[in-house]
Amino acid sequence: MSGAPHGGSALAAVEAALSALGDDPCHAFLEVDHDGARRRATALDAGPALPLRGHVLAVKDNLAVAGLRCTAGSRLLADYVPGHTATAVERLVAQGAVILGKTNLDEFGMGSSTEASAFGPTLNPRALDRIPGGSSGGSAAAVAAGVCRLALGSDTGGSIRQPAAYCGVVGLKPTWGAVSRFGLVAYASSLDTVGPMAPTVAEAMAAFRAMRGPDPRDATARERPLGSGPSAPASIKGLRVGVAEGWAAAAGLHPGVREAVARAADRLASAGADVRAVALPEPDAALAAYYVLAPAEASSNLARYDGVRYGARVPAPDLLGMYERTRSAGFGPEVRRRVLLGTFTLSAGYKDAYYGRAQGVRAAVRAAFLQCLAGVDVVLAPTVPGPAPRLGELTDPVQLYLLDVFTIGPSLAGLPALHVPTGAADGLPVGVQLLGAPFAEETLALAGEILERGGP
Amino acid sequence: MTASSWEVVIGLEVHCQLLTATKLFCGCSTRFGAAPNSQTCPVCLGHPGVLPVLNAEAVRLAVRLARAVGGTLPPESVFSRKNYFYPDLPKGYQITQYERPFCEGGEVEVSLRGVRLVVPLTRIHLEEDAGKSTHGGHGLTEVDLNRAGTPLVEIVSEPALRSSDEAAAYLEELRNLVRTLGVSDGHLEEGSFRCDANVSLRRPGAPLGTRVELKNLNSFTFVKKAIDYEVARQREVLEEGGAVIQETRLWDERVTRPMRGKEDAHDYRYFPEPDLLPLRLRSEWLADALPELPGTRRRRYVDALGLSQYDAEVLTADSATSAFFEAMLAAGAGPKASANWLANELMGRLNTEGRSVSASPVAPQDLAALVVRTQDGRLSSKLAKEAFSRLWAGESAAAAIAAVGEVVSDSAALEAAIADVLGASPDEVAQFHAGKTKVVGFFVGRIMKALQGKADPQLTQALLLAALEARRPT
Repeated sequence: MSGAPHGGSALAAVEAALSALGDDPCHAFLEVDHDGARRRATALDAGPALPLRGHVLAVKDNLAVAGLRCTAGSRLLADYVPGHTATAVERLVAQGAVILGKTNLDEFGMGSSTEASAFGPTLNPRALDRIPGGSSGGSAAAVAAGVCRLALGSDTGGSIRQPAAYCGVVGLKPTWGAVSRFGLVAYASSLDTVGPMAPTVAEAMAAFRAMRGPDPRDATARERPLGSGPSAPASIKGLRVGVAEGWAAAAGLHPGVREAVARAADRLASAGADVRAVALPEPDAALAAYYVLAPAEASSNLARYDGVRYGARVPAPDLLGMYERTRSAGFGPEVRRRVLLGTFTLSAGYKDAYYGRAQGVRAAVRAAFLQCLAGVDVVLAPTVPGPAPRLGELTDPVQLYLLDVFTIGPSLAGLPALHVPTGAADGLPVGVQLLGAPFAEETLALAGEILERGGP
Repeated sequence: MTASSWEVVIGLEVHCQLLTATKLFCGCSTRFGAAPNSQTCPVCLGHPGVLPVLNAEAVRLAVRLARAVGGTLPPESVFSRKNYFYPDLPKGYQITQYERPFCEGGEVEVSLRGVRLVVPLTRIHLEEDAGKSTHGGHGLTEVDLNRAGTPLVEIVSEPALRSSDEAAAYLEELRNLVRTLGVSDGHLEEGSFRCDANVSLRRPGAPLGTRVELKNLNSFTFVKKAIDYEVARQREVLEEGGAVIQETRLWDERVTRPMRGKEDAHDYRYFPEPDLLPLRLRSEWLADALPELPGTRRRRYVDALGLSQYDAEVLTADSATSAFFEAMLAAGAGPKASANWLANELMGRLNTEGRSVSASPVAPQDLAALVVRTQDGRLSSKLAKEAFSRLWAGESAAAAIAAVGEVVSDSAALEAAIADVLGASPDEVAQFHAGKTKVVGFFVGRIMKALQGKADPQLTQALLLAALEARRPT
């Protein structure tokens, strides 16, 4: 990391963060752990120097931290306090990071604006009338507002990259399986990833390196397999960069975004990269497949919120009634929509036509991405279609779903993807998305650091 | 058509708890009988954000069973989620194997009253158990999640069984097999070995009839009774021109009754478990040495030891019995005589008293010593039975044999006794000489009596005939 902030004093960093937070005008946080953060910082300052000492961490509220409420943005879990801590959080804390609090999100990660939080929306610190994006809107806002230089988000179909884009911060969605999901409240397990958000690529990568790797508590977390393609190039010189031409020319793409992609291509080329045009799979099929597969998994993942063992329970005379009342009262409209949709697409008689077919599309999308990435090291693409929409502007769920049109494909393919802010359009942040082959995060960082340095 | 022209078709689904120390996807203990909900953690309680991690020991045990039944083990199998709501199912889904189980096919050879029967298997798959609901008083249901996440294999047979006797014999064999392999303790009463039965009737050669699934079969007796009841019920329905409804019925003491409500109308919405990668079997699991299996042992008893299929069946019915038999052989007793003494005398007596071979008061070495003495002629069957009674009463073999004494095989002593008996029975001697050879039995009885039953029967017979010939009038 580029020098420990606050001279490596954890307590100074916490006090600065609390002062920057004030009364949290953007509503980035659902809970701020003032006392815990100060206590922990004081203890850290008395101990040996740790690599992340002086770093204050905001944690998306779908990641468990023992002793702190973990609501996942849902009324159903409003009072749920876990006894376990997410592996990703644990690893950052072990390196000296101090948890400041838990950030707002769309309920269970299902949303693109943080408006679907049961506890009210988060505002975009760059323009308070705009959405911060979602579902990791609180974490993006915490970094953008300058409260902290490190936040954790989760990304299932764009939930780190899209808010990073709207708030103008760096967001890394790691390869599926590169960072343990233990402690992440599951939305769509085969797509869910945990990743960092930060002001700079270097800071995001420092956190990623601390978190990555196998975990005895997550059977799907793994190392980069040996012999799985070339290791990270040492230099930008000769790095093969493919520009996703079809995507960058998509109808409805904001000119500011189109320009950002073009300028990024120029910047990488002038830094010595070998830039060429590539074709990525059309994003529409991926979007459709995602909205079958993710709700299907969600319908199963959210079945545990039944009022039996923990969380809110609404009593009823019989068992079925208790389930119905608890879940109807506990889940917001977007979660209900996806649970019902997923239950339907997995039902006998419909499963082959929906779930089965979507799995086929997913396999084809993945194969197309991997084929494209066999010829280049990095693909440059838009992250979002345009700058952040206004709060309340998008009311039709499909309009919201379309905000993720460029982030969903890489999620279906399990690829790493890095959003880097590169400038502004209409006074709002814009940037680009860098995609790589599985476990190519370091290569993405190499290109990302060139882009954030600015210049011609 | 007559009632007897129906063919009974039965397939069994057996859930067998694997003998692991910990659960299938977390580190909680699987010990039976602990305080309710004391053996739980965030993983088996289905807390938000926790993940399953597969217990390799469970897979090792399951693979042992799969290899013992000769199943096909695909290089990769897949876990799936079976979704349904119930308070004792913490995640709202059970992790099981559906489209791609770890074992396909295989067979179990059964011996039923001396006849061999091969039962083909459809599949064996790995899955986690649910918790236990107890519907108590005050309209409350109590849920104990100690069992939630316990590793199970489900062994699915083809619909190849044709009677409740065959079904029970198959179950006994399967339980013997899992116990011999050390894969499960096979306790029906503790629920570590559970059976559901699919039962249907058809005309011989006709396509399969509509099947009914029977549940709540908690003992071998219930399995037989429930199947017999269900066969009679379906026969009656069919012969009155009705149709059997596909449903799940519970065995309830004397009858099967339909399960209430719509519990049977589940759509489980199976899909591959995204939290677990496909299961690949380790090569050491496939090379793990297996003990001699009951079926193999049975064949050896028949082919190498010359026992009847029936005796072999009795002696391999459980591992305690075959261990007893093997110990007798090791102590030098012959196989046929050992089989006789064990299967008839000892097991007969044990059965009368409702005891099992493992609770025998007679040690295999002692019974073998007795058998050796009968084989070399030093104990007559009469003496041997006396000695056996003493063994049963707790005496050692040495003491029991000493107490009943040996067979008298001293020629001089026998000749003296013969001379006494013949001298005292001139009429019978004359009858013999007149051609009435039946009186030999009379003489033998008298001689035996004179020697307290210890006369060597063969030698006595020979010396007696010689003495009678010597007395034949010329």
